[in-house]
Amino acid sequence: MSKDVIGAVMVVGGGISGMQSALDLANSGYYVYLIEESSAIGGVMSQLDKTFPTNDCTM
Amino acid sequence: MEGDPGHFSARVYQTPRYVDISKCTSCADCEAVCPVELQNDYEEGLTTRKAIFKKYTQAIPGTYAIQKTSPAPCKLACPAGLNVQGYVQMVKMGNYKRALEIIMEDLPFPGILGRVCTHGCEDACRRCEVDQPVAIRDLKRLAADQYDPREIQLSSKPKRDEKVAIIGSGPAGLSTGYFLARKGIGSTVFEALPEPGGMLRVGIPEHRLPREVLEKEIEVVTNLGVEIKTNTPFGPNLTIDQLFQQGFKAVYLAIGAHKGIELGVPGENLKGVRQGVAFLKDVALKGTTEIGKKVAIIGGGNVAIDVARSAIRLGAEEVSVIYRRSRDEMPAFKEEIQATLDEGVNIVYLSAPQEILSDDGEVAGVRCIRMELGKTDSSGRRSPIPIPGSEFDLEVDQVISAIGQQPDLSSLTDITGLEFSRWGTIEVNSVSYATDIEGVFAGGDAQAGPWTVIGAVATGKEAAESIERYFDGVDMSAGREIAPIEDVEYRPVDEVEPGVDRVKMPELPAAQRAGNFNQVELGYTEEEGQSEASRCINCSYCSDCGLCVEACLPGAVNHMELPVERDLDVGAVILTSGTDVFDPAKLEQFYLYKHNPNVMTSIEFERILSATGPTNGHLVRRSDDKEPKKIAWLQCVGSRDVNQCDNGYCSSVCCMYAIKEAVIAKEHAPSDLDCAIFNMDIRTFGKDYERYYERSKELGVRFVQARVHTIEEDSNTGNLLLRYATVDGEVLTEEYDMVVLSVGMEPARSAVEMAKEIGIELNQYNFVQSEEVAPVASSKPGIYVAGVFQGPKDIPHSIMEASAAACAAGLDLSSARGSLVKERVFPEEKDITGEEPRIGVFVCNCGTNIGGIANVPEIVDYVKGLPNVVHAEHNMFSCSQDTQEKMVNVIKENNLNRVVVAACSPITHEPLFQETLKDAGLNPFLFDMANIRNQCTWVHSDEKEKATEKSKDLVRMSIARSRYLEPLEYLTVGVNNPALVIGGGISGMTAALGFADQGFPTTLIEKTDELGGSAARQLKKTWKGSDITAYIQGQINKVENHQNITVLKNTEVVDSSGFVGNFETELKVGDLSQTIKHGATVVATGGRATDTDEYLYGQNPRVTQWHDIEENLDKFDDINTVVFINCVGSRDESHPYCSKLCCTASIQEALQVKERFPDARIFVLHRGIRTYGEREDLYREAREKGIIFIKYTPETKPTITEVNGKPEVLVFDAILGRYIQIEADLVNLATAIEPEENNAVTSAFKLPVNEDGFIMEAHVKLRPVDCSTDGVYICGMVHYPKPFEESITQAQAAVSRAVNVLCRQQVNVEPIVSTIDQDLCIGCGLCIKTCSFSAIEAETIEGLGVRAKNISALCKGCGVCAVACPQQAIYMNHFNNDQINAAIKAGKSIA
Repeated sequence: MSKDVIGAVMVVGGGISGMQSALDLANSGYYVYLIEESSAIGGVMSQLDKTFPTNDCTM
Repeated sequence: MEGDPGHFSARVYQTPRYVDISKCTSCADCEAVCPVELQNDYEEGLTTRKAIFKKYTQAIPGTYAIQKTSPAPCKLACPAGLNVQGYVQMVKMGNYKRALEIIMEDLPFPGILGRVCTHGCEDACRRCEVDQPVAIRDLKRLAADQYDPREIQLSSKPKRDEKVAIIGSGPAGLSTGYFLARKGIGSTVFEALPEPGGMLRVGIPEHRLPREVLEKEIEVVTNLGVEIKTNTPFGPNLTIDQLFQQGFKAVYLAIGAHKGIELGVPGENLKGVRQGVAFLKDVALKGTTEIGKKVAIIGGGNVAIDVARSAIRLGAEEVSVIYRRSRDEMPAFKEEIQATLDEGVNIVYLSAPQEILSDDGEVAGVRCIRMELGKTDSSGRRSPIPIPGSEFDLEVDQVISAIGQQPDLSSLTDITGLEFSRWGTIEVNSVSYATDIEGVFAGGDAQAGPWTVIGAVATGKEAAESIERYFDGVDMSAGREIAPIEDVEYRPVDEVEPGVDRVKMPELPAAQRAGNFNQVELGYTEEEGQSEASRCINCSYCSDCGLCVEACLPGAVNHMELPVERDLDVGAVILTSGTDVFDPAKLEQFYLYKHNPNVMTSIEFERILSATGPTNGHLVRRSDDKEPKKIAWLQCVGSRDVNQCDNGYCSSVCCMYAIKEAVIAKEHAPSDLDCAIFNMDIRTFGKDYERYYERSKELGVRFVQARVHTIEEDSNTGNLLLRYATVDGEVLTEEYDMVVLSVGMEPARSAVEMAKEIGIELNQYNFVQSEEVAPVASSKPGIYVAGVFQGPKDIPHSIMEASAAACAAGLDLSSARGSLVKERVFPEEKDITGEEPRIGVFVCNCGTNIGGIANVPEIVDYVKGLPNVVHAEHNMFSCSQDTQEKMVNVIKENNLNRVVVAACSPITHEPLFQETLKDAGLNPFLFDMANIRNQCTWVHSDEKEKATEKSKDLVRMSIARSRYLEPLEYLTVGVNNPALVIGGGISGMTAALGFADQGFPTTLIEKTDELGGSAARQLKKTWKGSDITAYIQGQINKVENHQNITVLKNTEVVDSSGFVGNFETELKVGDLSQTIKHGATVVATGGRATDTDEYLYGQNPRVTQWHDIEENLDKFDDINTVVFINCVGSRDESHPYCSKLCCTASIQEALQVKERFPDARIFVLHRGIRTYGEREDLYREAREKGIIFIKYTPETKPTITEVNGKPEVLVFDAILGRYIQIEADLVNLATAIEPEENNAVTSAFKLPVNEDGFIMEAHVKLRPVDCSTDGVYICGMVHYPKPFEESITQAQAAVSRAVNVLCRQQVNVEPIVSTIDQDLCIGCGLCIKTCSFSAIEAETIEGLGVRAKNISALCKGCGVCAVACPQQAIYMNHFNNDQINAAIKAGKSIA
């Protein structure tokens, strides 16, 4: 691996997976481009009412 | 995308949002005025939203966006490019003024074109895919009927000096004057005839275009200052040179096409034969003309029809139209042809005149010949061919020819430089309409040949643009070529869009039309028009009506925004493109999903349950808004199905969500709700999932093991009749009010396309192909994948993969860490020392969660009267991004120094609001929350007034406490960057390599004397069949030889102290003691299969467990019958959870046996097969290969007795309804998996374990790798039983999470900690004893003796020490006595 690698990552998809990847990378020193097709992030999870098995509010 | 790991260049296409995120305040004013209603896809189409919308209330970014695609086909079809969708929507809303503003942007004559336009837009209308096109022309007319176009304020540029001479006052000439005037350019129109209007006046009869409409709209033009000079023909007395001499700087020639084309048959010059255009001109200018008794009109266009209908009105007794093709080919409007017939005209089709017959020099008849239709000609119509010998005579006394017109060029032929086409029209540049003479332009019928009114307007508009450019001295053609639009994308027409007939135009009865030129089409009423307009499909989504621009006070809307293509330079790529849910409409015949609204998908049902959903969480069914009494869930819709669809895999989540939905539905329902889940197997294989399943049964959720084979509808009630066969073969029918389809997951279609584009390999189901040893790596180095795109999975597993992918990307890029990041900067913190409290209170409605129960405005009014409160308001959602921004401003404007939010739980939302305080320059600890949702409106939802009163109490207490809040500072501590990994199995080794490869020194400890763990000892193949023996050995070698890894075998943890970033851990290495310092800890102590004393295990050598059967296959030579028993000691009282691995492992072993011994009879005795995800393929393969699966229950467990040294198995088969005796040669048991004993580790790092002994994660759903002790992470079986590849995933995830700490120089420590006043302390040690976190230690101070001392970084702020201290020497930051007393005192008035 050459020295001059680019310290940025593109994450494609702003659902729960994309958000988690983006946060982990940003918190460990990388610039992140989070690409989302729709007008807001959150993905399918944001449509769910509560989550199994804790019945926590999804938001 | 191009490039290699470390250096990718990705081109991304960003669709315009049309709303400036930095300006939008999310006030929703735009939404209120937007006319376009679309299906709300966030609400799964259960509600509508506008074309300008916010995806959901708490969406991030929290601003609006506009959905808009290619220009609609109607606009594209219009020669003048009118925004048809825009004005149709405005008519729908009854906003006729705005409709006219939109129309008149491109057209000066709305009322004229609203009557006479040839409406190519309607031919292009996509409503035709449903029924008939929208009556666009008639809607335009309605707008002009309802609002006077002369009153419309037109935008115009400042006046300039140049003037233009326009020759001809027809639609082309007048339009040119109109568009020039709006560009600030004055013009004079010269008209040969005594009245202006050209063909509008002399070509179109009054019954189609009343004169007052024409006059009114000519006034639209003259009101702009355009001068019209009538009776001023162009010619010898008015030449181009003269015009230039008079000071005109440009000339526009639009003399029209007023000369009729001759028939070219004998007798044409007889008296009584004339041209249609001349006939119509006479009628128009004089009101009447000479008319015969029996009139023949030759031609089939609109002129022929206009002449015929005029002739009838003028008193002709018999009128015949002679046309050479059939009715279908007639170029006249269909509705005009019909009207002509209604009015008594006779149309003679397929006939052509051959000679005009005469009697005494006057017309006596027409000799015609019959025609037949031959091949299609260049016009696209079949060409007429005369039939020899078919001549016939029509007796008439007048013949009017209407076969076409052409320009009368007599006034132009002498002009030097003007060129003409072979059709006798003026030649121009096709874009600019400039002739070869400088400053001279031409348009309309004189240039284009006889065309339509709208076509003439279009040429006028273009010429005006050219003339302006000509005056400005810029290129007249640049940028005006019409580029074909590629990839048009329109709003899809819903297959089930209900047909609505086009509203019929009211007409004057045919009997009342004779003898007058009264308008025949009477125009829509407002009601008719609005209903017609609502048939528009809104092809472009947004109609570009522009109302949102006016409504948006901050000026955030910009419809001109363009898409952006950006090239991103990145070192790695992670694909997390997620899932589309299966569309049950594909199986409509079976599920009736589109047909019956009471059949809904699970995700739609989620929205029904949601408090912010379409019913505000009120559980009602869609057909009649009634509360259901019985709901059925049908599992595996679009999953585990290779017959009706190609999704052979299990979607892995549906069982869980169905159970959850059933449980929540029962909570929502006012009365006892019957919830039944129809399933093949219930697959609750995750951590704590089995318990939830069992609890749901206790709550009354019914589980029916059956696949429903027929669904029928009761058309009276909308109920659904489900027919199914029970396990023992009985066929039952049950009636349900609602059916929920548990739809499976599919890779997002757009993601699949993208993956193919960039060359990522996909598997047979279009999930990304990955290896078990590298579960988040795609086939392309440097590109990683996580979540459902990798394979079907639930949220915790997706989150693990997401972190694992971050780790994998980080491994590639560690040398560039920190090179591109930007720190978030907060404003400087305001010093509030000595200030009186100035409190701001924000009360949240939480949609209807709070506002629907409590009287929020009343709470706000109440709060305003409390001491120190200087501001109070309520918000729809206090947590939304727009409210946050508003809050910052409110804090600054009111100079607030305390903030109270009355909303939901501080556990979830306090950090968000604290950040807001920081943004406003306030210390984040000057904040308090009152949880009036969970503690008031949720629990007292049926006592609205009391809920309101209690909310007031809680807010008052919170305000009282807030007066005493003090600013606190974060402590920072330095970070040691080595990592400690406990456990040398596959998880531990993966984690150690993850750290070491990123440059972090790592200590890996293993309690035995070899690395590799249980996988190395037992597992040879993964479930996909990959041989991993070599891989594990390779990993062992890598770990042992890595320069950044210290491997300590025969080593155990003795104790640990310290905190995140600063651990100090004591180890026992062999017999020696060693202490290491590290910043993060990964616990990977693994799990193991338990032994059992059931089923002769340990007594008979033919009974084995797990992978041990492989040895017996070599040991015995009489292998004819093999029995696998699952759930041995699992899912029972001893281990009340599912061990997740066993079903797959048994099937995998069974298949291996089958391969070696093809004739062997193999049985798998199970309690439901849980081959989740793509493991389902193995299950299917096993059944196909003849392996027999028999389901048992805890009540009908199999038994084994030894007969002749062999195990004989007895099991009850519910399908056969009897016991089966199996003389087995081998029996293999899948026993429960337990965590390895790890008490020393859990107690050293203070890690709570659940009742099954697995370490508890910080949050089972959202933080599946973190422990409650900061800086400690878990992976592998110590968390929960999981297969090889999931252990690797979680190990990589643990590294990613830990690196978030290790890569920092320092970490912040929460300041809500206890502080000890050592002067008051008496050294009793009670606090040390009570602290669960070892955050207080004893310290000997000379002269004082033993005193307690805080270790702030370990303190969790629980406050137990402060309570325990008999001396009151311990002070709790943020929860001190003053603060708590104030709250209690304020609460005392509560009765």
